[in-house]
Amino acid sequence: MADIRPLVRDELLPPKPAVRRHLISIADLTRADVERLLGLARTFARSLERDVKKLPTLRGRTVVNLFCEPSTRTSSSFELAAKRLSADVMSIKASGSAVEKGESLKDTAITLGCYDPDVVVIRHPEIGAPRLVARYTGAHVVNAGDGKHQHPTQALLDLYTVDDELGGIENLHVAIVGDVLHSRVARSNIQAFVLMGARVTLVGPPTLIPRGIEAMGCDVAHSLDAIRAADVVYVLRMQRERMLAGENYVPTLREYTARWGVTTERVRPGQKIMHPGPMNRGVELDGAVAEAADALIERQVRSGLAVRMAVLYDLLTHGPVGVQVADAQEVA
Amino acid sequence: MLFGRNGRKDELVVRGARVVDPGEGIDSRLDVRVDRGVVAALGTDLDTNRHRVVDGEGLVLAPAFVDPHVHLRTPGREDEEDIASGTRAGAAGGYCALLAMPNTDPVVDSASVLGALADRARSEAEIPVGFLGAITKGEEGGELTEMVTLAEAGAAGFTDDGRPVEAAGLLRRALQYSSAAGRPLALHCEEPTLSRGGCVHEGAASAELGFGGYPSVAESAMVARDLALARYEERPVHLLHLSARESVEALRAAHADAVAATAEVTPHHLCLTDEAVRSLDPNVKMNPPLRSANDRRALVEALHDGTIAAVATDHAPHARHEKEVPFEAAPFGVIGLETAFSALYTRLVEPGVLSLATLLERMSAGPARVYGLEPPRIAPGAEANLVLLDLNAPWRVDESSFRSKSANSWLLGRTLRGKVLMTVAAGRVAYEG
Repeated sequence: MADIRPLVRDELLPPKPAVRRHLISIADLTRADVERLLGLARTFARSLERDVKKLPTLRGRTVVNLFCEPSTRTSSSFELAAKRLSADVMSIKASGSAVEKGESLKDTAITLGCYDPDVVVIRHPEIGAPRLVARYTGAHVVNAGDGKHQHPTQALLDLYTVDDELGGIENLHVAIVGDVLHSRVARSNIQAFVLMGARVTLVGPPTLIPRGIEAMGCDVAHSLDAIRAADVVYVLRMQRERMLAGENYVPTLREYTARWGVTTERVRPGQKIMHPGPMNRGVELDGAVAEAADALIERQVRSGLAVRMAVLYDLLTHGPVGVQVADAQEVA
Repeated sequence: MLFGRNGRKDELVVRGARVVDPGEGIDSRLDVRVDRGVVAALGTDLDTNRHRVVDGEGLVLAPAFVDPHVHLRTPGREDEEDIASGTRAGAAGGYCALLAMPNTDPVVDSASVLGALADRARSEAEIPVGFLGAITKGEEGGELTEMVTLAEAGAAGFTDDGRPVEAAGLLRRALQYSSAAGRPLALHCEEPTLSRGGCVHEGAASAELGFGGYPSVAESAMVARDLALARYEERPVHLLHLSARESVEALRAAHADAVAATAEVTPHHLCLTDEAVRSLDPNVKMNPPLRSANDRRALVEALHDGTIAAVATDHAPHARHEKEVPFEAAPFGVIGLETAFSALYTRLVEPGVLSLATLLERMSAGPARVYGLEPPRIAPGAEANLVLLDLNAPWRVDESSFRSKSANSWLLGRTLRGKVLMTVAAGRVAYEG
């Protein structure tokens, strides 16, 4: 038999897609893309400190927010970001829309596409939804969270927050604690911090750390002792709504909190505490830690506005390099 | 056991093709004459008998293919495929016989459903087609079907494909009872508590993309159980669409123990790995899922050494609107009849990984033997089941190229080499490209 080592070759993978500017996954970004976006966000953050916060930059542009999953901070943040840039914004929630009548996402995308939006921001419970929307509209698509896959603007605002607080990201040690298995925030953040040269350690019960995730360039630990050396402790929410009933990921929340809850005794002064929200106080994170001086949780929300302004601006100003991702049609 | 149209038997001479029939030990440039649907002569400068002459110069003539695993979606989902369209697709892919799975609506779990299918096949099948009956009523895993009656009505075998027989005790009964029916069981090996919520292979890609993992042990644990039962009951079993290295190892060990087990593998598991799911293209979502490079290597090796005897497409048509959804929401399954040979020729034979003769054997005689069908062969007196192939012709897979009613192919937009130019099935020219 011939040598079968050359079996896995590039030609076995789908052909390389044409470039089109969307923001669907951190995996599609280069370090230069991230640095450009963070730089833009710093500019917008300064503009937000003025009395008159509105900029005329995107006047006449249309942004559609399509939220097919509950959201407070992400939807409000995107809406305000677009408004601060003077874009026209339409926000559509799944409840009360044709989605509830059984309309497919494809048809919703085509329908909204008839208004020629410049940007469609989509949140959806299913992995792959943003790519589908990208295929059926001419708009730039921004992923505001698709199932357990990606939440790229969350990762960008987290990078921004850390960079702003600690003056850099390279060589920092970031511990991400908790329910990684169900967390799109964790996946985007692992990629983002690794891309920017930080060391990432995942900490949590073995049942909530997906097998094979080390391939993303992070370490895995099961004991909370592993957070001691970290500069940043990033606490994830226990995503009970995404857990299959009867799967027994953890025997009880009481045991989870006892072993992996981030409490005052378990963090040291100077360690920065982050959480993407919404929090389950007293489950994954002690309220006292969340409110301590080292907690960056409110800063994260504030950064979100400037970062999302930067993303919208970057997509619509066609720089030489952009937030690039495959056009799904070319992939198929 | 195979049902098709009676009637026309064609006459032709294929002139000067490279005739490759691994079973007959032939690989040489010959003329082949078919008289009234039967191979009459092989030789050089054969008298044409005023038959139609097909120029085979530069082409390969081989025994036509047998697909032991297709979904013709009839009855119930004729919008996705029916017997006419599915068998036309098969003919275009070089097949002379198909075996259809019973997970239709209603399920093929009674002689009346099977009889109605046989009647339709007799009137509209482009190539002969056989039907498997369900092991359990409604494929619900509760009560056995009337296997003896189904076998008398022509069931080629029994399977609950799409689902495992979850209860070991029930599978044991089915193994015992199927000997009265004289037909083999074909098993979909999946331990459902391990695959639950799984969407793609559990590995680096699923971890990074956030998909629920469908681990290889969900298959191999069930393969081990099913082989243990087959061994204990001394009954033959056929393992459907194997995907995992550990399953192949279990099968090899069972063969060493003289267990009468056969197995099949699909073109997509032989050509792709789970890295392909990074495209989020719903046309690379199937059950079992695409697995790791090591799994793929083990499957190719097993096909090469004969541990896996058959290539099966698991041709699974889906309506366009059902696949035009986010990856996670899409149904499992891809079509394969019209691309199987070309995909495997391009991805395995051309790079020198598998010989042409082995591929031809595993697509024809191998699967025929699994269900006790007469293996297609090119020998005087044999029914003409022939495929004429142009190994050099490149062709692009487009939605418009399919005879199937569905186009959910993982090869859309790809260029393949190795094209089926003509198929003769049961003595009748069923396809000309």
